[in-house]
Amino acid sequence: MSVADNKLPWWADSILLPVLNLLAAFLVSGLVIWGLGEDPYIALSYIVEGAFGFEEGISYTFYYATNFVFTGLAVSLAFHAGHFNIGGEGQAMLGGLGLTLAVFMIGDVSPLLSVFFAIVGAALFGAAWAYIPAYLQAKRGSHIVITTIMFNFIASALLAYFLVGPLQRPGGQMPESADFPESASLMGIHELLAAVGISFEEGPMNVSLLIALACAVGVWFLLWRTRFGYELRVVGQNPNAARFGGISVSRMTIVAMMISGALAGMMGLNELLGEQHRLLGNFTLGYGFVGIAVAFMGRNHPVGIVLAALLFGALYQGGAELAFEMPTITRDLIVMIQGLVILFAGAMEHMFRKPVTMLFARFAERKAV
Amino acid sequence: MEFLADIVLLTDSTFRIATPLILAALAGLVAERSGIVDIGLEGKMLAAAFAAATAAAVTGSPWMGLIAGIGASVVLALLHGYVAISQRGNQIVSGMAVNIAVAGIAPTLANFWFRKGGQTPLLTDESRFSAINLPFAEALQDVPLIGPFYSEIISGHNLITYLTVLLIPATGWMLYKTRFGLRLRAVGENPEAVDTAGISVVLLRYQAMIIAGILCGFAGTVLSTGLGAGFIRDMSAGKGFLALAAMIFGKWKPVPTLLACLLFGFVDALQGRLQGVELPVLGEIPVQFTMMLPYVLTVIILAGFVGKIQAPRASGIPYEKDH
Repeated sequence: MSVADNKLPWWADSILLPVLNLLAAFLVSGLVIWGLGEDPYIALSYIVEGAFGFEEGISYTFYYATNFVFTGLAVSLAFHAGHFNIGGEGQAMLGGLGLTLAVFMIGDVSPLLSVFFAIVGAALFGAAWAYIPAYLQAKRGSHIVITTIMFNFIASALLAYFLVGPLQRPGGQMPESADFPESASLMGIHELLAAVGISFEEGPMNVSLLIALACAVGVWFLLWRTRFGYELRVVGQNPNAARFGGISVSRMTIVAMMISGALAGMMGLNELLGEQHRLLGNFTLGYGFVGIAVAFMGRNHPVGIVLAALLFGALYQGGAELAFEMPTITRDLIVMIQGLVILFAGAMEHMFRKPVTMLFARFAERKAV
Repeated sequence: MEFLADIVLLTDSTFRIATPLILAALAGLVAERSGIVDIGLEGKMLAAAFAAATAAAVTGSPWMGLIAGIGASVVLALLHGYVAISQRGNQIVSGMAVNIAVAGIAPTLANFWFRKGGQTPLLTDESRFSAINLPFAEALQDVPLIGPFYSEIISGHNLITYLTVLLIPATGWMLYKTRFGLRLRAVGENPEAVDTAGISVVLLRYQAMIIAGILCGFAGTVLSTGLGAGFIRDMSAGKGFLALAAMIFGKWKPVPTLLACLLFGFVDALQGRLQGVELPVLGEIPVQFTMMLPYVLTVIILAGFVGKIQAPRASGIPYEKDH
């Protein structure tokens, strides 16, 4: 099998195969929709129309995609270091908590300072929440998959405690904080576009999209253009070789997980600073888990992750429209589609490799003759 | 006297809560001893809980529920087996995919069939595995010591909880006293050797996945038709992961795993009792913190008390015949 791997041209490996896997996932999803008594083709057209058909829809698509860029990068960075960070959800929750504490602590100051503190608070808390499982994995050998999952549950309870306790809106009944200070807010992209004379309908898409893209570039640079990134990938590929090369595997585990947690934590910039302007209980809505699908769909490369995040953003926004149009279909179905994408694009990524490789081999033979 | 009553109640709910944990942990144990890491216990449990509640609601028979629950769980176990054994895919990714897909499809179907916002209808007592009162439970109630022990702790559980008491030694016997069990453990430690002996690694691992699927089916069924009375969204609530942690804490051995499950069950029962109770020194602990207890305990146990991890050697590694 390993010999066959090398025979595929790069575009078949990184474009054709993921597309085939994705189609397989969509095919099964279509069958489920058909089983629910709806027309899969009409469902698909609702999704596409809802995601890209009108300016507000596009804005929502990119808004969701921003979350997925953060969580997808988080999963991917840990994965390059050889670890499976399922704690993105909890790290995002704690990031949101850190962001909230930071903006309330600094108060109503200049927007730039306020946003800066928000970023630091989000990244710091997200990283800290990833630090504990990482430390336990590195020093005590505690299975990081299980500890990060436990930390999701703990984070959820912790957030609930803060939102019905110390951080609850004074006099409020809902699990939510008071509104953020006026300055703690990220500009909408439509405002940015209006400033350069382009009119775009108002929507939730905001400047954190640009921050997310900057993070994607940053992760690419870190992983493939620095010594640190090289060492990180060596640890992920072959910890024994890394150890012989003088790289501290446990230190790398901790640092990689902390960067991963910081990325997941920054998801709150989009949700809280960009749109909600207050901390909400369970504002993460499973976006941390979607990061797993995004990372695998995107072949763990920042460019792929941005594209996959856009795909999932469209799926979320289009799915919301679909649920609105087709009453038998709820948002749960979108969760199922995510699971299928993880299954086909992540776990069964080799399913089409053999047939495609054979096809290419036959093609090459003919050419040689 | 009140203290004694508390102990009796706690012990009673410990057994009740531990039932699905024990069953799921045994499932994880069989899978991992054969060399397959199964992080999809959670999803299989949820699928079984949904299928069981649906079948029981439609047919009115808990037995049909049990069959449906086991069926759903075995199908997912075979899917995971296909990815892990035949496709040689990443087993953790596959398990997570199962978990997420089930979390989506179960409420979708529940909503489609019953229109109750992703739940199944409330099951009547006849259509679920309700509490069984053992003979003389009422007569003995007032006898000191033996009375409460027999009538509260031993009597009054559902059939699957009693069945679990039998399944524990049965699984242990299967793993350690039969030729099949010996081969199953060998394939998790050294698949090459098993292969050399002319025994099919693939077949053994698929068989292990079917057994794991059946056990996990029991775990899910008891959730929705024994402990609860219907399927609720996300009702497995991390129990599949707690079961995995219990299995690791139990060092992949049946009896220590059982004890770990009982410990988790006890902590969960305790947190239920602690809610809203005024404690000496600490005062009343906020409910969010008592709810964290089982999860925090899991982390502490994994960090502090497991010691050197001795997972089955080939666990999580796909077997490739041609290398």
